[in-house]
Amino acid sequence: MYVAVKGGEQAIDNAHRLLAKKRRGDTAITELGVEQIRQQLPLAVARVMSEGSLYDEELAALAIKQAAGDLVEAIFLLRAYRTTLPRFSPSVPIDTAQMVLSRRLSATFKDVPGGQLLGPTFDYTHRLLDFALLADGEYPGPQTTETTLEPCPRVLGLLAKEGLIKNESDDTGSVADITRDPLEYPASRAQRLQALARGDEGFLLALGYSTQRGYGRNHPFAGEIRIGDVEVWIDPEELGFPVCLGSIEVTECEMVNQFVGSGTELAQFTRGYGLAFGHAERKAMGMALVDRSLRAAEFNEEVVSPAQQEEFVLAHCDNVEAAGFVSHLKLPHYVDFQSELELIRKLRQPAEGTCHE
Amino acid sequence: MNDLTQAPVRDPAYNFAYLDEQTKRMIRRALLKAVAIPGYQVPFGGREMPLPYGWGTGGMQLTAAILGADDVLKVIDQGADDTTNAVSIRRFFARTAGVATTESTLHATVIQTRHRIPETPLQADQIMVYQVPIPEPLRFIEPSETETRTMHALNDYGVMHVKLYEDIATFGHIATSYAYPVMVDERYVMDPSPIPKFDNPKLDMSPALMLFGAGREKRLYAVPPYTQVISLDFEDHPFEAQKWEQCCAICGSRDSFLDELILDDAGTQSFVCSDTWYCAQRVKENNQ
Repeated sequence: MYVAVKGGEQAIDNAHRLLAKKRRGDTAITELGVEQIRQQLPLAVARVMSEGSLYDEELAALAIKQAAGDLVEAIFLLRAYRTTLPRFSPSVPIDTAQMVLSRRLSATFKDVPGGQLLGPTFDYTHRLLDFALLADGEYPGPQTTETTLEPCPRVLGLLAKEGLIKNESDDTGSVADITRDPLEYPASRAQRLQALARGDEGFLLALGYSTQRGYGRNHPFAGEIRIGDVEVWIDPEELGFPVCLGSIEVTECEMVNQFVGSGTELAQFTRGYGLAFGHAERKAMGMALVDRSLRAAEFNEEVVSPAQQEEFVLAHCDNVEAAGFVSHLKLPHYVDFQSELELIRKLRQPAEGTCHE
Repeated sequence: MNDLTQAPVRDPAYNFAYLDEQTKRMIRRALLKAVAIPGYQVPFGGREMPLPYGWGTGGMQLTAAILGADDVLKVIDQGADDTTNAVSIRRFFARTAGVATTESTLHATVIQTRHRIPETPLQADQIMVYQVPIPEPLRFIEPSETETRTMHALNDYGVMHVKLYEDIATFGHIATSYAYPVMVDERYVMDPSPIPKFDNPKLDMSPALMLFGAGREKRLYAVPPYTQVISLDFEDHPFEAQKWEQCCAICGSRDSFLDELILDDAGTQSFVCSDTWYCAQRVKENNQ
């Protein structure tokens, strides 16, 4: 009797026990603690929080542990938990100009008010395996000197003052929530940015890269990347004044892109925007590149490349959706396949007849 | 095997049937719209479920929205109650809603299904919930959602007929064997979900309410009871369901959808009913 995809409850239970064993590994080795993951894998935690759309380092670390390090699975776990949470209030827009910076750079100016701040980065490290980490090594802490950071106005704001970059204005309308209302096309920029913020880092990176290689080129410059802590405020109606909930770490990227202009309008640069939780430069840059390429129609550019096609990008950037639909191919399809078998046999009948003649 | 299981104890850590009441209300509103416009795809605020997209999250959200404490739930996948995903979904609702479950098509008040309609005729007080991967019947002809919504709005289904015609010109038959498109109530072309075309005639004038949920695509649609559902065809190439020369190796049925089994390395075939409860019932009756 055919039992390959049947077998029911006991098989499922045992599969889950085997998974738990696989996750735990050799029990002679100390079990990994959630706090260790949170402290020592902060970039993995950041990615899971961003694409899981939930800022909670502890739960993200728990998800990574439970998923045995599979970040897309961890993102899924966090998302599934997030849906069960009540929504109290939207926040006041975060003010990244007031960020407590840990890193800030602009590739468009040699020096900017407030200066450049290298901060913790893989940039300029030589990618040589550090065998000292194989042993439990001590690490050299940073050298510290007492300095105070000068105010760091946003670099693109400086260009805007001169009118050199297109102004982005707030239409002050209510902002849709793509986790509550279905995305419909054409989407607003707010909806697009939400989808990209939840979007898969690898997918956005590849699409952003494709624009650099000529598939929807838009001449990007890293106008400013800033990483740091920013306060989150809410303005509850019953209070009548805003209150601060705490602060979160975010990475923000503003790209300066090719200018537009016409007979009636002076030439101006345009911009693409990326924002992610935690320290996540690659994600923020990929997102900014794709945000800009999706603005093609707005700037009357020809829409020819994948990164410029809104439906293509937004419908496929979510890794939880993508992973789910790809993985469902593992489910039994033998009814459909039986139908196809019946059909292909029927279609081959006349062809076989002519062959034998 | 076919008897009602006692209603299990509900896990109090979750709201009844998992989703919060606001979400269920939102889905019910969308369902009412879907019932009012048979075959029309209603966008809804689909939520993340604790099962992966593509594994029945749309169907599960509809089931969660309509389930009451007194309902009796049957879940099938490929016609069978004991396939792993059917077991998993049935367990989910037993745990989160504490409802009684059954394998009996006669006793079930709600039947969630993937890829089949039971062989036993449905009744007027039953609701079928279909899991839908791609709700848009025009998707593989026109990938853009903006375009297809316009085509539905304008009742512009020429491309679909051209596609079916091209099949006939190339193969001599309409080369679609499952997810075979239907016209609902003479207005909307609808994807009946990936059921084999064998099941399409069961949709027409069915006394049961049919609900379709696509979680990843965030669309739902419905066929109300006693609604005309016609499989698309041509006068000189009428719609035809699959037929088998063989009968079921277990119950001997000649009228049910058969799964093909390969028994040995020599490729010896055997055919059995895909609807396991129907098959077991027939065996029981034959033994009496």
